Amino acid sequence: MNKKDLSAEIIRISGGSPEKCMRCGKCTGACPAFDDMEVHPHQFATMIREGRVEELAAKKGLYNCMSCFACSERCPRSVEPARLIEAVRVYALRQSGGNHLAADDVPGLLDEALPQQAITSALRKYAK
Amino acid sequence: MKYSYYPGCTLSAKAQELDRWGRRAMEALGVTLEELPQWQCCGAVYPNATDEIATRLSSVRALSAAKEAGQPLVTLCSACHHVVRRVNGDMRNNIDIRQKVNTYLGTMEDAAPYEGDWTVLHYLEVLRDEVGFDKVKERVVNPLTGRKIGAYYGCLLLRPSREMEMDDPENPRILEDFIRAIGAEPVYYAMRNECCGGYVTMEDKSQAARRAGAVTDNARACGAEMLITACPLCYYNLRENAPSPLPVHYFTELLAEALGVREDRHE
Repeated sequence: MNKKDLSAEIIRISGGSPEKCMRCGKCTGACPAFDDMEVHPHQFATMIREGRVEELAAKKGLYNCMSCFACSERCPRSVEPARLIEAVRVYALRQSGGNHLAADDVPGLLDEALPQQAITSALRKYAK
Repeated sequence: MKYSYYPGCTLSAKAQELDRWGRRAMEALGVTLEELPQWQCCGAVYPNATDEIATRLSSVRALSAAKEAGQPLVTLCSACHHVVRRVNGDMRNNIDIRQKVNTYLGTMEDAAPYEGDWTVLHYLEVLRDEVGFDKVKERVVNPLTGRKIGAYYGCLLLRPSREMEMDDPENPRILEDFIRAIGAEPVYYAMRNECCGGYVTMEDKSQAARRAGAVTDNARACGAEMLITACPLCYYNLRENAPSPLPVHYFTELLAEALGVREDRHE
């Protein structure tokens, strides 16, 4: 896909509105995963608008977003950064062999107290 | 008062304390929680991708079943509530999702189309809006006087507030009002609505440890002796991943204790 189509695809999957971003940075200021993501919420909006989706899809920090929705809550323009980040992650995972977590990896991550919710949500976030 | 109840997967397994004392407390308050005869896991995270249909079906099935029973649906786990509530909004407001979900369900089940026209309430909303915290307070036989409790909201109950519509996302009060109703003292601290790390514990335990640690350190510095939560994953991160944890309890454990129905706590 060319950059324009990739941009449109991410906007379609996300239902977000990167074109409305005015780069106020409230989303990034609210992000508790700031230190763990090499690209920050407000940059997703700009880079998606520019069609730089493949570049974003290769970032490790995609898997460090905690989906806490602080960015979307504080966005004054309904850009929905959390949805944009998720759409890029979904795009990466949907590629053949794109899964970030395999069911076979899960037993090695278990401990006595780990709730089922953690396993289900990680598989939903990291695999398709 | 009678409601359909959706416990969810974790409340049947690792978070049985959240479920057990939640049910006992509602009984004591004269509220009937009738577990749905059949339910499936909600998926634990809301599908942000607008083109995901299958991951929305379990929520719609639960909402439809409650509608058929003629009773509002009640959730207790923060994650279940987040997912079911937002999917309900999708069914009401997003025609594309509504049509696809109903087509999908129509091929498999003899179900009436669902249009997002039913109510899902969180357990805390039942206490606040249906029973009333004043009534809860009247029924307390064992007030938890002197306990300094930090309310931990986390993310899922509050955000996005436009969809969750439970409380002010930046300055919530429902859990503090609950703490007052059971006779204890709420401790306000800045990190009460910040993320505990969530599912990232499966990806990078050190990140979850930093997030959970920021919560417990801040709560302790503000004078909290314990934290309460409605979320099994918050409960886990705060207890198991925070470097210097505080005691953490499900809010229903304390409610049952205050109402005098927590058999294992009778003196």
